[in-house]
Amino acid sequence: MELMIKDLEFSYQKHPVLKRASFTLKGGQLICVLGKNGAGKSTLFRCILGFLKGFQGTILIDEIRQNDYSERELAKKIAYIPQNHNSVFGYPVIDMVMMGTAASLSLFGSPGKREREKALAALKIIGIEGLKDRIYSQLSGGEQQLVLIARAITQEARILLLDEPCASLDYGNQIRVMRELKSLSEKGYLVVMSTHNPEHAFYFAHQAMVMMEGRVKVLGEPSKVLTKELLETLYQVSIDIYKDEGSGRKICMPGEENQICGNYTTVL
Amino acid sequence: MEDREKRYNNRLFIIGGFFVVCFFCSFLLGRYPVYPATLVKVLLSRFFPIEVTWPSQVETVIFNVRLPRVLMAALIGAGLSFAGAAYQGIFKNPMVSPDVLGASSGAGFGAALGLFLSFGYGGVSLCAFIFGLSAVGIVCIVSSRVPYNQVLGLVLSGIMVSSLANAAVSFIKLVADPTNTLPVITYWLMGSLASIRQKDVFFAAPWILFGIIPIYLLRWRINILSLGDEEARSMGIHTGRLRLAVVLGATLITSASVSVSGLIGWVGLVVPHLARMLVGSDYRRLLPASLLLGGSFLLIVDNVARLITTSEIPIGILTAFVGAPFFLYLILKEGNRL
Repeated sequence: MELMIKDLEFSYQKHPVLKRASFTLKGGQLICVLGKNGAGKSTLFRCILGFLKGFQGTILIDEIRQNDYSERELAKKIAYIPQNHNSVFGYPVIDMVMMGTAASLSLFGSPGKREREKALAALKIIGIEGLKDRIYSQLSGGEQQLVLIARAITQEARILLLDEPCASLDYGNQIRVMRELKSLSEKGYLVVMSTHNPEHAFYFAHQAMVMMEGRVKVLGEPSKVLTKELLETLYQVSIDIYKDEGSGRKICMPGEENQICGNYTTVL
Repeated sequence: MEDREKRYNNRLFIIGGFFVVCFFCSFLLGRYPVYPATLVKVLLSRFFPIEVTWPSQVETVIFNVRLPRVLMAALIGAGLSFAGAAYQGIFKNPMVSPDVLGASSGAGFGAALGLFLSFGYGGVSLCAFIFGLSAVGIVCIVSSRVPYNQVLGLVLSGIMVSSLANAAVSFIKLVADPTNTLPVITYWLMGSLASIRQKDVFFAAPWILFGIIPIYLLRWRINILSLGDEEARSMGIHTGRLRLAVVLGATLITSASVSVSGLIGWVGLVVPHLARMLVGSDYRRLLPASLLLGGSFLLIVDNVARLITTSEIPIGILTAFVGAPFFLYLILKEGNRL
């Protein structure tokens, strides 16, 4: 599968958020989208998912324009995993996961045995079949995120868009969720997630995409494109990047205070 | 757990049984005594040739007085709870009642206007029904022009239209003749089933049933919509159309109910909570449970209304007396789950 964005522009009222963003992504990859708050990450996702109408430019999903898909068809191509949230009503996990089958059921239909098995299979893939009878709203944030990922698998879409899946998760759960996402990308899914932690990109992503002021600044292998200079300009604090000799992985750390970075000086 | 589903299904079954008991007992209660055996015989005599051993008044009481009232109480209670449950889902808010979009206030204004202009009995009902629908219609049109957050737009314009309708009712009360029209309007707005006759059943029942159908058919999808618009859309749900279908159904139910009974509050807010506690949040079970519990609830309250004192208490007052403390209890006990 392929997701191609060309010259995407979007404005809220008169305030432009996306300015000619362009990129192409293919399946079998985990992509981390980095960018400051307000850089246009969420807007980009919301345009791709069809939540926001009236954008300029083209979004091609498997070479078909996004506007030409119906809600149902689009749901079979792209699944969306929102930030973990507390649903107002407590649904059992298995029911929550079965909701992913809505796009393949008739308007008045409701899931039966087949859908139940699909949901169980998805829970198994993620390795959380033990949660199936728990109430979703009573789970921890990390568990909720995994349930939503299982639901996306039930939806049978091959492109997964995740809006800061690791926000508000503890360190262990962040790693658990990231590992699951990576293993899905290795099964052929195209996993696109936004994150505020460059480490996620260094450790898990095949590609990192950095958005600045509504544009795609860079897109490429994280260890190559996420340079000290770029991260410093992005976050406007001093950052040092080290290489772990043992594993060859890159790590980033906060640099010295008061150090000049980009055009800014951080004074605390 | 399979266990939990079984338990919920059993409870749904018990709720159904409870409703049937409430329904039949309601025929027996009242100033004129009707004995269970007589009731069964009278009801069966409509279908089978049974020797008449009872005075003819019994038949009049059962068919002309109690039957319309019992049917209407059951239908209105069921309908309002059903609509309330559906609204709580589509607005992702358990504090919502079926009149949030102005159906009741609109209908109240319609009725007040009808009474002020001394329309006949049927005219008042029709006027109430039409104004109830129009109020929600206006709310839908206004909110469709709200950019981005449509749900918030709906709720806020609902509050505004309700306030306008209430202001209009106050104005009518102010200018109404204080010796006869004003008390009639005031009494009507309190909500009562005392004056329900057969023709009210024929007027309101089809609309209530007609409103229930689309919501019931879409019941599983309401679960998904209750997670939020964007999430539901990403799963392939046409959220706008689904919400419109539910709003339309719930508005028919609420307007039709209010147009024959006056304002009966709290049922649509409290009963869905009770149902949720008993059978869980899944709308596939919650909606039938709300129907049955709501019907039973209003039957019981209506029986109390006609038995407790010699002159009837308007049922709207009683539902508030029962509903508000119960809701307080819910907040104290399950505040975190509301």
